[in-house]
Amino acid sequence: MQRQAKSATSQILVIMGLFVGVLFASLLQPTAAVAIERQATFQLQSPQPTPEITIRGTLRDGKDPLKGVKIIATSAKGFKGEATSDESGRWVIKVPEKGTYEVLLDVATLPADKPLAEGEPNPRVVEFGTTTNMGVIFKVGDNVAPAAASFGSILAERVVAGFSFGLLLALTAVGLSLVFGTTGLTNFAHGEMVTFGAVAAFALSAWGFPLWAALIVAVILGGALGWVQDWGLWKPLRKRGSALVPMMIVSIGLALAMRYIILFFFGGTTEQLPSAQSPLLKLAGVTISRNTLVSLVVSLVVIVAVALLLLKTRFGKATRAVADNPALAAASGIDVDQVIRMVWVVGSMLAALGGILWAYYRPGVTFNMGQQILLLIFAGVTLGGLGTVFGALVGSVLVGLMVEISTIWLEADLKYVGALAVMILVLLFRPQGLLGRRERVG
Amino acid sequence: MDFATIFTNALTQIVSPITASYALAALGLAVHFGYAGLLNFGQAGFMAIGAYGFAISTLTFGAPLPVALLAAILASVAFALVLGIPTLRLRADYLAIVTIAAAEIVRYVVTTNSLTHLTGSANGLATFERGFYDLNPFPPGNYQVGPLQFNDRTLWITIIAWALVLLCASIVWGLMRSPWGRVLKGIREDEHAVRSLGKNVFVYKMEALIIGGIFGSLAGILFTLPTGAVQPANYGTELTFFLWTALLLGGMATVFGSVVGAMIFWVVLSLTQGILLGLIESGAITFLTSIQAGQLRYILVGIALMVLMIFRPQGILGNKKELAFS
Repeated sequence: MQRQAKSATSQILVIMGLFVGVLFASLLQPTAAVAIERQATFQLQSPQPTPEITIRGTLRDGKDPLKGVKIIATSAKGFKGEATSDESGRWVIKVPEKGTYEVLLDVATLPADKPLAEGEPNPRVVEFGTTTNMGVIFKVGDNVAPAAASFGSILAERVVAGFSFGLLLALTAVGLSLVFGTTGLTNFAHGEMVTFGAVAAFALSAWGFPLWAALIVAVILGGALGWVQDWGLWKPLRKRGSALVPMMIVSIGLALAMRYIILFFFGGTTEQLPSAQSPLLKLAGVTISRNTLVSLVVSLVVIVAVALLLLKTRFGKATRAVADNPALAAASGIDVDQVIRMVWVVGSMLAALGGILWAYYRPGVTFNMGQQILLLIFAGVTLGGLGTVFGALVGSVLVGLMVEISTIWLEADLKYVGALAVMILVLLFRPQGLLGRRERVG
Repeated sequence: MDFATIFTNALTQIVSPITASYALAALGLAVHFGYAGLLNFGQAGFMAIGAYGFAISTLTFGAPLPVALLAAILASVAFALVLGIPTLRLRADYLAIVTIAAAEIVRYVVTTNSLTHLTGSANGLATFERGFYDLNPFPPGNYQVGPLQFNDRTLWITIIAWALVLLCASIVWGLMRSPWGRVLKGIREDEHAVRSLGKNVFVYKMEALIIGGIFGSLAGILFTLPTGAVQPANYGTELTFFLWTALLLGGMATVFGSVVGAMIFWVVLSLTQGILLGLIESGAITFLTSIQAGQLRYILVGIALMVLMIFRPQGILGNKKELAFS
């Protein structure tokens, strides 16, 4: 036991060293970071050392981009900047600081047959929030009917979007829930596993991988990161017999370190994965973007596969046995550590996949994108019942629906508030969650 | 590299009112977690409530300083009640998730555009500190204390901030030696044992949550007074995690641990920043930009938090026997 504890400690030291080593190795070989940065800035006119603060948008008439349209941004402090849309209808105005700007579309530069859509405010006032990029959409062309849709069709659209969002949350929630179920750890670093998937996919495609390969390799790398985490950190901690609260705080430290390592290499900008812009499709009267639909199908297929894995295979049975009672599982011949290791790998792969889908859903890849949905994942997991996988699925879908449907009435910048508030209310009345067991409540 | 400047900067951090504000908020966490065993991951929310309560009552309602202070304190008491009633009966990790979620709700609400007239949304609020600086007894001018430079404004806020920290620390010191404090520590060790002695555990926990929350809201006000501005982006979950790092550095179940922890936290941040920037300027480091140097420090914060928790969970001043967890 003594020796085991000692080797556990040295294993932790190894992983810490690895962390620092990765840092310094990359300092000595800055080419990798530079490669990403080069890719990151190629769409902009010139690279800048500080994080760019921009107002940007894309002008389209239906599917056709509008070229050569002039946009002017002015601030009360006397700043004036302008941009002209390029072949793909894209325009970017760099601004010196976050603040309030008036954005004006020069109507004279629009094609004569494509006027600004009715009811579109021009000029309009934009105000920066916490992001460094501010998107401004001007709807152009008479075929765009602003806000004329009926309540029923809006609701249907929100429900579809909610399912898509909820299922991607569910993907990420499975890992969190499985880890909690088998080890009791509330893992605050799970959000960074989500970010990692998206950032890895972006970096790989920037290095010239075709999109499909980049996505697959990113998911595999996510699984590898999960393996390394459990091997270097969590397993040694379990061997030392660490209590759950210190492990939770360790996961917070890990989350901070990983988030800033990603920021260190990736920078504070928002980047897009290939084909982040997708055409709108009309299915049975509901307008949905192609990416949202693909995301919905992918998550559905993967979730069914995971469910089958858990219900039908030996590994699934072993996992459920460990979640139920680790000591009993060990006594009946299950290699508990092996099961937990697999849980980490599978959970991390699902988190990475969820991160890629989240990058398409938002859309955009940023260093803190995982942190943004971590609490929604927690909300889904808690709603369904901590530690129950199927509860996590149901809870996540409910959270996704709640977030999207609430935007009908709530301001978009408050859409996460509803879901978090409901989570607190659920804890008040049914703390074990919808599908949880009573005994889990302390 | 100018070591004198780097060390003076680090020294300035030790006494800066921001450090005092961290120390006070971490002291609140010490009451919550170190003494009562409550996992509060929403201290940033308490700080935001204090800062906004103070700013809004001054700006929107024109309240004088004492009324604004009282409003901020009452708001944080209300927040503690709202948080505590559903969660204090549940297991510790539920409280963690609920407090972090509630703090984020506070941040979303003060950031939303629909309340711009009240909260200034993402830009926040400013110029609410007049009432505080009107009380400043120091005549305008520059003051030299040892190697440190102050003007009348910074001297006033620094003195008040540390006086407040000292006052709150002595309150905690006294409370934890009272019968009330002994019951609280008993709850931390074994809730059921205390309950079987006929104590109302829920009420004790709630009182601890409220006291720590009030410290948090006062810290939130201190945090805004030096610049006279409050911005919602400062009150994210990372603020809470930095406070935890400061608390665990010093020792969670100690009165002065949070103060020492906050000082070390800021001195180390300042020193690494100064040294890294100095090396970059002198050309010794060419592979880092100054922005990356800033980010590198926070990677170290994360690693420090992990290392501390694994190898020295009782912190620098703490006693390993008195740990909130075994």
